[in-house]
Amino acid sequence: MEISITINGQVVSADVEPRTLLVQFIRDNAGLTGTNIGCDTSSCGACSIHLDGEAAKSCTVLAVQADGGSVTTIEGMASADGTLHPMQQAFMDNHGLQCGYCTPGMVMAATSLLEENPSATEEEIRIGLEGNLCRCTGYHNIVQAVLSCTKS
Amino acid sequence: MIPSAFEYVRAGSAEEAISLIAEHGDEAKFLAGGHSLVPLMKLRLAQPSVLIDIGRVSDLSYVKDAGDHIAVGALTRHCDVENSPIVMEHAPLLAHATSHVGDPQVRHRGTIGGSLAHADPASDLPATTLALGATYVVQGPNGTREIPAGSFYEGYLTSVLAADEMLTEIRVPKMNGAGWSFQKFNRRAQDWAIVGVAAWRNGSDAGVALVNMASVPVLATSVGSAIASGASIEDAAEQAAIEADPQADLNASVEYRQHLARVLTRRALEEASA
Repeated sequence: MEISITINGQVVSADVEPRTLLVQFIRDNAGLTGTNIGCDTSSCGACSIHLDGEAAKSCTVLAVQADGGSVTTIEGMASADGTLHPMQQAFMDNHGLQCGYCTPGMVMAATSLLEENPSATEEEIRIGLEGNLCRCTGYHNIVQAVLSCTKS
Repeated sequence: MIPSAFEYVRAGSAEEAISLIAEHGDEAKFLAGGHSLVPLMKLRLAQPSVLIDIGRVSDLSYVKDAGDHIAVGALTRHCDVENSPIVMEHAPLLAHATSHVGDPQVRHRGTIGGSLAHADPASDLPATTLALGATYVVQGPNGTREIPAGSFYEGYLTSVLAADEMLTEIRVPKMNGAGWSFQKFNRRAQDWAIVGVAAWRNGSDAGVALVNMASVPVLATSVGSAIASGASIEDAAEQAAIEADPQADLNASVEYRQHLARVLTRRALEEASA
């Protein structure tokens, strides 16, 4: 099936099998490997992207479901001149990562969370990130990074 | 993990979806948000040969005030139910329970109708709508019929929905200021409930339904009867597991689930009575 998805502002078209997952389309068809596959069962959140402006787990969306839609991945967060997105910068400043595997998904989930609740409290951030697992257990600094991006 | 191959067709309306499923027969499944079906397909526990994508049937995504009840379109996403001012005002138990489904990413994609039609007794919404006395509206080739939540569930992942029928609307009686509580006991964030309790109370009227206490969501009618006859919360909650038929699994034995049902029902009734 021929589908087109706008990824980070660029239209990516491909003839895919209907069973192709969105995360495969992003990684294999668009060649953007910043979006990680973790648990592959919609538990860990490593594959989180924005689909039409909201965080979604791309391992649990069929690419055909996103046909005609707009996707933002971690590669689309920094400005064209390389300036990091404030959330990326906050993760760097707060050392909100250890091995880094969960980081792209964490950044995408956290930006979506603050889009919906710009003045989230620490508790709201912890609950709001329940769909993203850090197996280094580096939650403390991740939450600090997200907190530093809230409007107080 | 990749699902086994299937044919994919897209429906633009409920009518088109029903004619497509009639055309493709028993091997076809509806795809709404896909957050119950796609994981099953990836594990090859479900292998439909045809998927009829109803995710773009936007006229089934709504919340309406319909007088004595609220009407929720089956394709309304969880995030839109939990944040709907109409649901929050007239069925706050449903809004709150919906905010416990999965995690934010799941609630951006999953739909109320998809969750109910999936008929997983461990899901939060079948028991919640059962406690609230909701009615499900289903559409088939010969028109629509209304099914009370209490008659909808037949067994594990099985409902009375015929192969050529589609759930289109959920009608939830207004709570009219009743107290309510949703208790979900799990070991890790975003897990399914080991046991859950959805409850409301308005004076001597109370409704309590249990999550993951049988192969179907369970209405704890003995608890409601006890409250109606003036029993204390402690005594009423002791009746919580009578209608249940729980299974043992890695998380909990039968006896532990029964214990949890009684404890969580007591907490729920205390909160709903406060």
